[in-house]
Amino acid sequence: MAGERILIAKVGLDGHDRGIKVVARMLRDAGYEVIYTGLFQTPESVAAAAIDEDVDAIGLSMLSGAHMTLAPLVVAELRQRGSEIPVILGGIVPDTDLGALHAAGIRTVLTPGATAEQIVGEVRAALA
Amino acid sequence: MPRSTPTSRELWEQAYAASVPPGASFQTMSGVPVDGVYGPDDGEFPGQYPYTRGPYASMYRSRLWTMRMFAGFGTADDTNWRFKEIIRAGGNGLSTAFDMPTLLGLDSDHRMSLGEVGRCGVAIDTLADMADLYAGIDLGEITTSMTINSPAAVILAMFVAQAEQAGTPRARLGGTLQNDILKEYQAQKEFVFPPRPSMRLVRDTIAFAAAEMPRWHSISISGYHIREAGSTAAEELAFTLANGFAYVELATKAGLPVDSFAPRLSFFFNAHIDFFEEIAKYRAARRIWARWLRERYGAQDPRSLQLRFHCQTAGVSLTAQQPEVNIVRTAIEALAGVLGGAQSLHTNSMDEAMALPTEKAARIALRTQQVIAHETNVANVADPLGGSFFVEALTDELERQAEELFAHLDELGDGSMLEGAIRGIEENWFQGRIADSAFELERAFNDGRRITVGVNRFTEGNEEAQIDLLKVGAEDEQRQRKRLEQVRQDRDQSAVDGALARIGREAADPEVNLMPALIDAVSAYATLGEIMATLEAEFGRHIEVPVI
Repeated sequence: MAGERILIAKVGLDGHDRGIKVVARMLRDAGYEVIYTGLFQTPESVAAAAIDEDVDAIGLSMLSGAHMTLAPLVVAELRQRGSEIPVILGGIVPDTDLGALHAAGIRTVLTPGATAEQIVGEVRAALA
Repeated sequence: MPRSTPTSRELWEQAYAASVPPGASFQTMSGVPVDGVYGPDDGEFPGQYPYTRGPYASMYRSRLWTMRMFAGFGTADDTNWRFKEIIRAGGNGLSTAFDMPTLLGLDSDHRMSLGEVGRCGVAIDTLADMADLYAGIDLGEITTSMTINSPAAVILAMFVAQAEQAGTPRARLGGTLQNDILKEYQAQKEFVFPPRPSMRLVRDTIAFAAAEMPRWHSISISGYHIREAGSTAAEELAFTLANGFAYVELATKAGLPVDSFAPRLSFFFNAHIDFFEEIAKYRAARRIWARWLRERYGAQDPRSLQLRFHCQTAGVSLTAQQPEVNIVRTAIEALAGVLGGAQSLHTNSMDEAMALPTEKAARIALRTQQVIAHETNVANVADPLGGSFFVEALTDELERQAEELFAHLDELGDGSMLEGAIRGIEENWFQGRIADSAFELERAFNDGRRITVGVNRFTEGNEEAQIDLLKVGAEDEQRQRKRLEQVRQDRDQSAVDGALARIGREAADPEVNLMPALIDAVSAYATLGEIMATLEAEFGRHIEVPVI
């Protein structure tokens, strides 16, 4: 995994950044190179940054209820640019939304209570 | 023989007698009479400096805490309906949650608002929405709290304008504006302008309220979000009070005597799951505030020294797994707030780890407070844990840890807590400490040192289907955009342009108080987004350089 790069991003207006910062450190401890976009990104800016930085996966953190609108838009922006970078979503997502998110191309959804082991495991699986 | 100096018990008895009707008797459910407070005659009593044991002599015997339930979703109509539901159910204070676009000063039709309108709270674009939000509610009677920070001055202007249109003069309005911008940079991250111009808006609201709104709390200095972002209890305590000292210095620098505004400052703390630590935190907060205000800032009015606070149970302690267990967590946390002497309380609903609460979940949360208030008898005795060796030792220790953090900030600010707070933000000191504490907690959870029932232990039952959740549909976003479009069509555009131009001019002159210009602009139906953009042209935008 040496050298594998993960972009983690906050899209939209959601300022909850406790989780994404904890996940950043977990991934770094697991040996990944982690790039964090900072707050208030758009789907376009995340897709562009992911391609510019040549990352291997993208992690989105969404806790404000806008995931059904914004997460699929990130995938769409990537695909429009011809990129197949896997997108993992973490945050507050009701079970009933999971099907639609998978259908929209989100690789995996991680919800509250996920351990470091599970998070790193899902990233590893997405990169395999 | 000359009468000796009265003991602290005698002084307390006088103050108590002045606030509790004679003949009122209190007893346990088995008939044992109970006093209003317990302790040695020469000890500290509630209502006595430094107020460790409570701001008032009689505490809940003369007035229960306010059951202030936070609500807001969808459009102003939706939330108005929920407010009326809360009032019918026996809630006696309103607390308004705004959606993310409103919190960031954006209109509902802004590009960045997509998918966020009405999701986390109510969408407010113009005075028309504000009028709908509080329609049919007597704002001279019920007190209203508004959780808003970067655009707080504009929202206050809208609140005043709609109340006066509905016939309640500003002097009669009681309530609280959160308006605590410092903790936005430190923890909650809903900032727009850089710290220094943001602090000018805070100053303007404090000065405006001190002059014209005697019943209004112009800031609610908030540790809640600092704790939710991952800080320890001591950091929540210290950062919150340090921010409080910064606001005191801000207002005194603007020429306001400390006793002219300090009685209107209020606080907002978290009620987390570590029961005794939370109680000790509230006790330490009162003692520290009283000492600093008197000794460092020269306040003399007792009301300036008496820290009063709202508290809310810890959202972050709730689990998506087995959500019904959250009712238990919330009850324990709420009890800590009450035993710690809170003046008002919000209890979270069991479903809030997943969504905004359903009506049923919100009602259970309110009922939780009512059980504590009316069934348990815990409200009969002030500071019932005062004198406990454990709680007193924890109170002293939290105070000691807080003083260490104050010393760092004082040095960082070259003797100014205001500068210390701003530089601490600019240097990412607060943000780094909070992130470190959050990571440490997560590690403890991961390696099993911290147990969360239903998450890393006792998980049988997690496979059950999720409970019913509140759905905020995309229709609300559409409806709100249409409404905004209609308001823009109906208004006098030249009046709006003139009002916005005035805001631009006055923003450029730091000596001017912006509140009158803001009230004019919202009254002409200028939108929140237009006003914030006008201010941003002058103030600039804050870009956080995050530390991970």
